[in-house]
Amino acid sequence: MSDVATRLDVLKTYKLYVGGKFPRSESGRVYEVTDAKGEWLANAPLGTRKDTRDAVLAARAAVKGWAGTTAYNRGQVLYRVAEMLQGRREQFAAEVAVSEGIGPKKAAALVDAAIDRWVWYAGWTDKVAQIAGGANPVAGPYFNLSTPEPTGVVGIVAPQAGYGHSLLGLVSVIAPAIATGNTVVVAAAADAPLPALSLGEVLATSDVPGGVVNIISGRTADIAPTLASHQDVNALDLTGAIASDGPGAAPALEAAAADTLKRVVRPELDPFAQDWTNAPGTDRLLSFLETKTVWHPMGI
Amino acid sequence: MSTVAANAPGVAGSGLQDVAASEASLRRFLHGLPGVDQVGLEARAATLGTRSIKTTAKAYAIDLAISMIDLTTLEGADTVGKVRALCAKGRTPDPTDPTTPRVAAICVYPDMVATAKDALRGTDIQVASVATAFPAGRAALPVKLADTADAVAAGADEIDMVIDRGAFLSGRYLDVFNEIVAVKEACKRPDGTSAHLKVIFETGELQTYDNVRRVSWLAMLAGADFIKTSTGKVAVNATPPVTLLMLEAVRDFRAQTGVQVGVKPAGGIKTTKDAMKYLVMVNETLGDDWLTPHWFRFGASSLLNDLLMQRQKLTTGRYSGPDYVTVD
Repeated sequence: MSDVATRLDVLKTYKLYVGGKFPRSESGRVYEVTDAKGEWLANAPLGTRKDTRDAVLAARAAVKGWAGTTAYNRGQVLYRVAEMLQGRREQFAAEVAVSEGIGPKKAAALVDAAIDRWVWYAGWTDKVAQIAGGANPVAGPYFNLSTPEPTGVVGIVAPQAGYGHSLLGLVSVIAPAIATGNTVVVAAAADAPLPALSLGEVLATSDVPGGVVNIISGRTADIAPTLASHQDVNALDLTGAIASDGPGAAPALEAAAADTLKRVVRPELDPFAQDWTNAPGTDRLLSFLETKTVWHPMGI
Repeated sequence: MSTVAANAPGVAGSGLQDVAASEASLRRFLHGLPGVDQVGLEARAATLGTRSIKTTAKAYAIDLAISMIDLTTLEGADTVGKVRALCAKGRTPDPTDPTTPRVAAICVYPDMVATAKDALRGTDIQVASVATAFPAGRAALPVKLADTADAVAAGADEIDMVIDRGAFLSGRYLDVFNEIVAVKEACKRPDGTSAHLKVIFETGELQTYDNVRRVSWLAMLAGADFIKTSTGKVAVNATPPVTLLMLEAVRDFRAQTGVQVGVKPAGGIKTTKDAMKYLVMVNETLGDDWLTPHWFRFGASSLLNDLLMQRQKLTTGRYSGPDYVTVD
């Protein structure tokens, strides 16, 4: 018998992130997450349709407060997320490395890129109105002003493929949606949910109000169709809808979304070839905005 | 007041006709009721809340719950327009689906009774009016009776009165008893019929389960047609244990006197899941006899929207949202 007691591993229980809290799946079920070689890493909660519906409720409840904050304040909050992420850089690098099967240096570079992307989008919050809105010339004695407003609740199928999808890709779809004042329900990448679930812990400690971001891990074929058909979801980002067939495939999701007139962002033609380190551009920022135009009489 | 107590239908012959003969006999009876096992009651209510009700049973429960709602607006800011809108919603809860049942009643303040009555003409939806200085009940008896008579004269089918909690808590049971008897008298119409009397206990202010059991018996002895938990105006409203206790009192009262009394939990019931828990309690405690809008009601306003959203989910397969139901 050894005189030095072997220390027992303290393994992390990964949980969903819904409404600012960390519930287990209501089903009580988990699924095995493996690394690129098929070795067991952790158990992730198997989020269900009911979990998704609860998340939509939480997201809806958060819309008013989040959309109502000033753009400047939203920028500060998003910057705070980057700060918190920076503090847990090593943990995320390790999770990204095992999730995507890449080396520690590449993984660390991806985490740095993800942090920088938060900062980049944080800077956009109070600038997006300048490029998406403006004063319109009209033939009459009126000021005519267009301003962008958030669409509301956005359902996001997080990237499931492409270089850097597990964290950088995830950040690249969440940050633009919430930067403009939307709230999101995210279906995490089914095979690589660990960085997403850990991101929930970062968001919970960085002034982002509960319900603004909700993260569900589980089968995309369960979660995505629920988001697509849910009448209280206003827009749908299908970036991670990579299934070629079945209810989780992009065409089926688009058809379901059309029933309730959702805005839809379609996936790339070849999601597997996507490199998330490429500069993102403003497309995603401008995807989940509604334009409000007011006419104001001049000279009164 | 023994003569009045004996007037309550069915009480004569059950051995209870002399209970309200004097303050002392009423007190002796109420304090002689068995004490409530708090832990057992709460455990029982919690257990009954764990049933899983799905598919066709859920569809049935949703429709039943809708048909049991007393759709309520009791705000200082109520307007004629708001009451009309509420009545329209009660008549056609879901305009996109004509198979949706109507609610049981519209519950308003006495001055809105005429408006509601007019808006509900041609339907069998009842108009319930709160009365007796709702929600505090702090007014002189003649004022309360006038309040009641006014609502009945305006056409109210049901009167929701509040008891004098101050009198009850200070042990003046006979005062409470006599007040209920007097209000019941004031519910009579000139043609000899009578408005249904619901007695609100405001259980959130009664402190103990024993008190809830006592006041249930007191109200039933005094001739209440319905016993109702709460006004919805205080911090603690209807809870499953309190409702279960009242259901048991109603069951025991019928066993002893043959008189059936209805139950109405009110306040704080906001979701379909909550409503189904209550329906399970009714079914398990009282059985089918009470599972009709005639004997069981929900006092609620936001509950209806959640029921409609759940109903839409069952019929369309899509989760609905608050954008698809009316904002009260």
